[in-house]
Amino acid sequence: MSYTKRIIPCLDIDNGRVVKGINFIDIKDAGDPVEVAKKYDDMGADEITFLDITATHQNRKTILDTVESVANEVFIPLTVGGGVSSYQDVITLLNVGADKVAINSAAVVNPNIINNVTDKVGSQCIVAAIDAKKQANQKWEVFIHGGRKSTGIDAVDWAKELNDRGAGELLVTSMDKDGTKDGFDTELLESISKKVNIPVIASGGAGELEHLYLALKNGKADAVLAASIFHYEIFTILEVKNYLKKQGVQVRI
Amino acid sequence: MAQISIIDYGMGNIHSVAKALAKVSPKNYNIKITKSISDLQKSDRIIFPGQGAAKQCMENLKNNFDIDKFKLIISQKPFLGICIGLQVLMTKSEEDNTMCLNVFDGSVKKISNTKKGDIKLPHMGWSPVQIKEQHPIFKDINNNSFFYFVHSFYVDPRNDKEKTSYTDYGLHFTSTINRDNYVAVQFHPEKSSTNGLILLKNFIDWSV
Repeated sequence: MSYTKRIIPCLDIDNGRVVKGINFIDIKDAGDPVEVAKKYDDMGADEITFLDITATHQNRKTILDTVESVANEVFIPLTVGGGVSSYQDVITLLNVGADKVAINSAAVVNPNIINNVTDKVGSQCIVAAIDAKKQANQKWEVFIHGGRKSTGIDAVDWAKELNDRGAGELLVTSMDKDGTKDGFDTELLESISKKVNIPVIASGGAGELEHLYLALKNGKADAVLAASIFHYEIFTILEVKNYLKKQGVQVRI
Repeated sequence: MAQISIIDYGMGNIHSVAKALAKVSPKNYNIKITKSISDLQKSDRIIFPGQGAAKQCMENLKNNFDIDKFKLIISQKPFLGICIGLQVLMTKSEEDNTMCLNVFDGSVKKISNTKKGDIKLPHMGWSPVQIKEQHPIFKDINNNSFFYFVHSFYVDPRNDKEKTSYTDYGLHFTSTINRDNYVAVQFHPEKSSTNGLILLKNFIDWSV
């Protein structure tokens, strides 16, 4: 692990506000996105990811105002995901100040979207997100639409295909681990990391400091994304980085 | 009113550079995103930002500007190149075998696995910048401070005197170059948090 690993807090955005909740139940307002993003930047976040969970279509443009306000004040890379379904969605988000856009279900429905978008805006702007669920030993299936719909697609093969189609990074979420605070699915991460040559961001399962370390070391991930451990201030970003540094992982402090 | 121009050549997220400049520049500073040569002529300073491929960048530049006039104007005022705006200053790029502006002697090469074979491309993330030679844009910035990089190619200037900083990623490459009114960086100061903002502020304050 000879280069710097990234720690990325993830903010769920609903109607222009940061929300937190467990498994989408009991969602609580957790503040103004600009203030929360600034706080994470000050604490040493390497990037920030926004996940738009706004349910109603007519309110979806609020994410654009949110991204624009944050981009005016916070000067680290910003990734936006959630409901991105077309080339135009990507361009609109980049134009208001997103540095990267995460595409998930839309790529499964129409894989060419990855080629088309990356040809025009460059691979570095596109994060392909994969929600994977364990099926058997060393086998994971891709799920879409927020994990509600199975696809029959093998997650490791799909990761390789996204890599080959031009995605700049992969955001890999284990549905089995997400929300459990039980640790990342390091086997899933490792299986994917070994097959691709683009950065892999680990997601789903962070609860203890050691979990983040294992995602990087055993899972061979390049970055770790976490929501609740930062939202609930179980650990600060600096605590995470100090811990990783002690374990010999290079981080930006 | 002082004016700073950000060259718009139809690629990349140039707005983020404008936003970061707005954050650090005096209120009366006019920040202009432009593809007009007369704007560049009127400007006190020029920033050439960028993302994307060298070939496309050079093609767009040629379509928008008379290259000889362009080179003359950028030689006359403080100039900051960022990422692809650094690379196209060189003689040529290995990326699609592209002839570049030849403001600096040297070539642009692809990062390759030289030692352990464990690096991924693009180099996307934060890396320390080892300052070799103090330059006004690094004022108040510690040696080995982290900056944010996104690139697969690096510059290899022929003249050692033009190398201002180094960074390690798979290999030891030049991450800043400077000569006279020119300074250019491989990383993205507009996405490098506090250190990036200090660097941009230093550029605004720099008198050549």
